[in-house]
Amino acid sequence: MAPLLQSSQPWVEKYRPKQVKDVAHQDEVVRVLTNTLETANCPHMLFYGPPGTGKTTTALAIAHQLFGPELYKSRVLELNASDDRGINVVRTKIKDFAGVAVSSGQRQGGYPCPPFKIIILDEADSMTEDAQNALRRTMETHSKVTRFFFICNYISRIIEPLASRCAKFRFKPLSEEVMSKRILHIGNEEGLSLDGEALSTLSSISQGDLRRAITYLQSAARLFGSSISSKDLVNVSGIIPQEVVDALFVACKSGNFDTANKKVNNVLAEGYPVAQMLSQIFEVVIEDNDLQDEQKARICKKLAEADKCLVDGADEYLQLLDVVSQTMQVLRSIQL
Amino acid sequence: MLWVDKYRPKTLDQITVHQDVAQNLKKLVNEQDCPHLLFYGPSGSGKKTLVMALIRQMFGPSADKVKVENKTWKVDAGTRTIDIELTTLSSANHVELTPSDAGFQDRYIVQEIIKEMAKNRPIDSKGKRGHKVLVLNDVDKLSREAQHSLRRTMEKYSSYCRLILCCNSSSRVTEAIRSRCLNVRINGPTEEQIFKVLEYIGKKEGLQLPSGFASRIAEKSNRSLRRAILSFETCRVQQYPFVSNQAIPPMDWEEYITEIASEIMKEQSPKRLFQVRGKLYELLVNCIPPEIILKRLLYELLKKLDAELKHEVCHWAAYYEHRMRLGQKAIFHIEAFVAKFMSIYKTFLISTFG
Repeated sequence: MAPLLQSSQPWVEKYRPKQVKDVAHQDEVVRVLTNTLETANCPHMLFYGPPGTGKTTTALAIAHQLFGPELYKSRVLELNASDDRGINVVRTKIKDFAGVAVSSGQRQGGYPCPPFKIIILDEADSMTEDAQNALRRTMETHSKVTRFFFICNYISRIIEPLASRCAKFRFKPLSEEVMSKRILHIGNEEGLSLDGEALSTLSSISQGDLRRAITYLQSAARLFGSSISSKDLVNVSGIIPQEVVDALFVACKSGNFDTANKKVNNVLAEGYPVAQMLSQIFEVVIEDNDLQDEQKARICKKLAEADKCLVDGADEYLQLLDVVSQTMQVLRSIQL
Repeated sequence: MLWVDKYRPKTLDQITVHQDVAQNLKKLVNEQDCPHLLFYGPSGSGKKTLVMALIRQMFGPSADKVKVENKTWKVDAGTRTIDIELTTLSSANHVELTPSDAGFQDRYIVQEIIKEMAKNRPIDSKGKRGHKVLVLNDVDKLSREAQHSLRRTMEKYSSYCRLILCCNSSSRVTEAIRSRCLNVRINGPTEEQIFKVLEYIGKKEGLQLPSGFASRIAEKSNRSLRRAILSFETCRVQQYPFVSNQAIPPMDWEEYITEIASEIMKEQSPKRLFQVRGKLYELLVNCIPPEIILKRLLYELLKKLDAELKHEVCHWAAYYEHRMRLGQKAIFHIEAFVAKFMSIYKTFLISTFG
């Protein structure tokens, strides 16, 4: 007897805005793009901003609204980081697609259908510099029939010549009210009951990333049913409870190495991810008013080093112990 | 049969240590809405037991009939073909494998083999299309590229293939994968829980447990249930009936490292370093992972040091462990740590005692 696992659609996809005007919180971008829809003309665009703010959503929505379902396939090329995007692809696939001529603009079935194609390069900051360089000339020569949309998190990783050819739009992190409104809307649709505390917890743990908030919400709903408390959300998100972090920091302040060592062992045995621990210690350190600036700076430097080591695959226990012991030394050195 | 296997819970209902997690998983299966899962936690906490019980809950007793296969895959990697040997454990509905076994070629396993497995859809006796579960162990040891390739596979075949990932630390799994899975943290059982399990096994085996004996084993186990049960069984073999002050034998490699540590403490000289090297080599040859050697060595050294030196020593341990991860030969870095320790300790001794 095989069970039937329903292929339930992630809510992130289910509630993705279909139209540009539904995109939350990004007023300037929406205004410019609505204008585009009317005039059926637009420059190359570069969307940048932190994850989960609606960059991909906006790009897909505008493409759909310009061309409609029929022409979409032939007019839009979507490439993201999971596709191969080395220099060869830029030289062949993108260039070929960019070079194809299109029929001049006639409205079809209520869609503007402007006389150009769109190439959406998602996560463009992970493209190599060579690949980006190869794009420069392509963008110019085919500008009559092709528009490029670049989407990235860090504008600094896009080479200057490309950035200067585009109209840039910054997507800002979502404010708490906007996020709460959207979450409440989804909650209502799915028949969830959320109290005020859960809502504010959700906004704070997701840090302006709506996608993350929705994913957490869905995981919590799957595990704990339709009434969700803030504790359930913390549980699902993999955030370390604040008590644990505070306890570790207090142990650092106590100056006793063995107590701190025991605490570190405990954190590991509970299975908390150390990378997460580091970022939460970071927050505690920043907000601690008893510390002097120099102490904070030293601790943060150590945190950064440990984080780099973790990325390289170093052992979690040793790194956390190192951070804790250095923090203890820093705390002691200036108090004396 | 070892007690570890004999008393391994078979169904989600039998699980005692992580009851709440088990009940949640059961709910997921019953609601037929099971997402990809990522289990993380320290070793010996019961990840694998939970996964096996979960698969049983999904597919019924047929999941117990597993066969081990050792197959060589030919993978086409652009200009040449690579042979990859891979051991899999499979039943009608699930396949279990450890992709990181292939070392730096793990990318091909993810891109080709896992994709191939995910594509094939099992058909049950009534001709209905079933579902498939892939269990991947040690995902934290996968290379970056392999993890990136995995994320696309996860999305593409999500309608009929579920991935269950197991790892020790979720920091080494990329955010992209974590956000696609339901993350389940499995903490190490508390000493009290271990104590209860040991008592239960003792009762089932009809053993007389002197008071305080089980709790001493639990204390020594480092919150790893597997280790606790194993050392319990060792004690049973060594001496029965138990006496209340019976020694709990440590692992022999641990004893060996204790020996090394005390040797280092006794004398700090190039000659001693040379002797220690021989011992370290012996540990490495016996397949004790280098990072565990280093960690244990640090643990032993910390026990004997003054508080002042502890900070410095643990800093250098972290430093050399990181180096070891970047480098190729572990022995260099362990030895460098030993040498560094000797120099620190010697300086300390000279400055205190002149």
